Order: sequence, then C-alpha cells, then structure tokens
Amino acid sequence: MTASIIKLNTTAEDHHIARMAAVALGLTVLENAIPSPLPGVKPGLANIVTLIVLARYGWRAAAWVSLLRVVAGSLLFGSFLAPGFFLSLAGAVLSLLVLAFAQHLPKRWFGPVSHSIYAAFAHIAGQMLVVYLWLIPHTGIAYLIPIFATAALVFGTVNGLIAARFMDNHDMATAETANGSN
Amino acid sequence: MHSAALQYIKPGDWLTLLLGGIFVALITLKFWNGDLADKAIIRSGGKIFKEVPLSRDLQIEVPGPLGISVITIEKRKARITSDPSPRQYCVRQGWLQNSGEIAICLPNQVSVELTGSKKKYDSLNY
Repeated sequence: MTASIIKLNTTAEDHHIARMAAVALGLTVLENAIPSPLPGVKPGLANIVTLIVLARYGWRAAAWVSLLRVVAGSLLFGSFLAPGFFLSLAGAVLSLLVLAFAQHLPKRWFGPVSHSIYAAFAHIAGQMLVVYLWLIPHTGIAYLIPIFATAALVFGTVNGLIAARFMDNHDMATAETANGSN
Repeated sequence: MHSAALQYIKPGDWLTLLLGGIFVALITLKFWNGDLADKAIIRSGGKIFKEVPLSRDLQIEVPGPLGISVITIEKRKARITSDPSPRQYCVRQGWLQNSGEIAICLPNQVSVELTGSKKKYDSLNY
C-alpha cells in the first residue's frame, strides 16, 4: 500500500511570488477592517505590494501577485465568483495592463508614484466598466465617477509614496548590511 | 530631510499628478454641472400636459388635434416616437438628452422639452 503523493515542483521564484501574494492578502484583510464612507472607495493597500514587486521583479511577477491576491482574497471573504470578485478582477486586470505600459516610462523621471496613479485610475475604470455593462446599466452612475476618480488620485499618490519610501528604506538597509559585512 | 515625502516624487510624477488633477477636475465639471437633464416637460396645445422624471423608462400618449403623439423615455433620454404630423420633423429629431433640448410637433401642437437643475439660454428662450 503506497499513499499517493502529488508533488508539484516549485521554484524559488514561485515561493517568492507566494510570499508576496500572502503579504498583499494580509493588507487586503487589514483594509476590509477599515470602514468606508462609500462602498467602493478603498485605499487599495495591497497595490503597494504589486508596485514593489513590479519595480523589483518585473511585470510578470507583479501580475501573478495581483491576480493571486484577487482570487485568494475572494476565497477568504467568501465572494469568489460573486459580483465583488469580478469588480476586483476587472480593476486588477486593467491596472496590470496599464502598468505594462507605465513601467516603460523613463526611470529617471517617473517613479512608483506615477505607476500607482495610473494603475489607480485604470482600476476604477475597470470597475466602472463592469458596473455599467453588467450590474447597473444606467447612466446615473456617472454621478459617482468624480468621487471615485478623486479617491483614485489621492490613494494612488499615497500608495505610490509608501511604495517608494519602503523601497528606499529597504535599499539603504541592504546597503548598510553590505557595508557592514565588508 | 530624509523623511520628507516629497523627495519620492520625481519630476515626471509631478506631471502625472498635474494631469490626474486636471482629469479629475474635467470629469467633475462634466458630470456634476447639472447639464444632464432630469425632467421632461410635455406640452399639448400650449399647456403643460405632464411633467415626468427621466429616471424611469416609460411611454406616454399625448392627444393633439390630429391624433396621438407617442413619447418614449428611455435611459435618461426622451424622444417623440410617433406623431401624426405630415412631415415628421419632431420624430426625426431623435433622442433628446441635455437640458434645454426640445422637440416640437407643430401640426399636432405637442412638444417635449428637457430641463435640468439650471435653465440654459438658447434661441427659444432668451
């Protein structure tokens, strides 16, 4: 009698992506505890992780982390395949598409703050599209767009600053460790 | 200073912020200026026949001297769908969406006018 074991061969990169997605998931849970004045207006803290992964490991890894976070997050909150899941998914997919272009902006002039703002606008654009085409096919939702756009600008900037700050600190810490060991 | 947040904003990021701000201001002006009509005033023979909100889809039959004009309201737009007038000008005008727009069926003395939160000036009401 042999127990059947399914073993997936995983690489170090897989583990890394899983770790990053777990951090993003933690931020999603944290964020859900924050009350919001209007459904849909959320800081999107998990996107900080996406931004850092994008800057460090490239777009492919960022896409994995972002999509894993959406799917695993929906399982965690029991909203898998519910409207909320498709809203997050549309937002994440459109953000990733925009980031695929935004990452090629000259590094000297554009940093995580720009990436974050573009991604935030793409996020609400994706969500509004799903809302309009599927959930509420009514032009009345146009009245909400200015609110969501303002939130995207504010939270996009803040998230970008946090990501930039984190990477700066981290770089300095690594530099210090490297210097210390020399 | 190390902790100042501003040092993380590169020149291009300022450009992004500026563009984002302009974009938000523009769409706020576009969607919140009250230009989108919210009510349709239907007149027959010069008198107000009915005032209806555009928020619900419906069809209204308005009697005139020649017969019945049918007015349709759908997705915050209004139009005259059918009318007994010979030249059908008001029907061919199509959908009305912004406040101040008006479709008039002169022979049947029926008209639909859209109004919003503020009155706009045009050649009809100056």
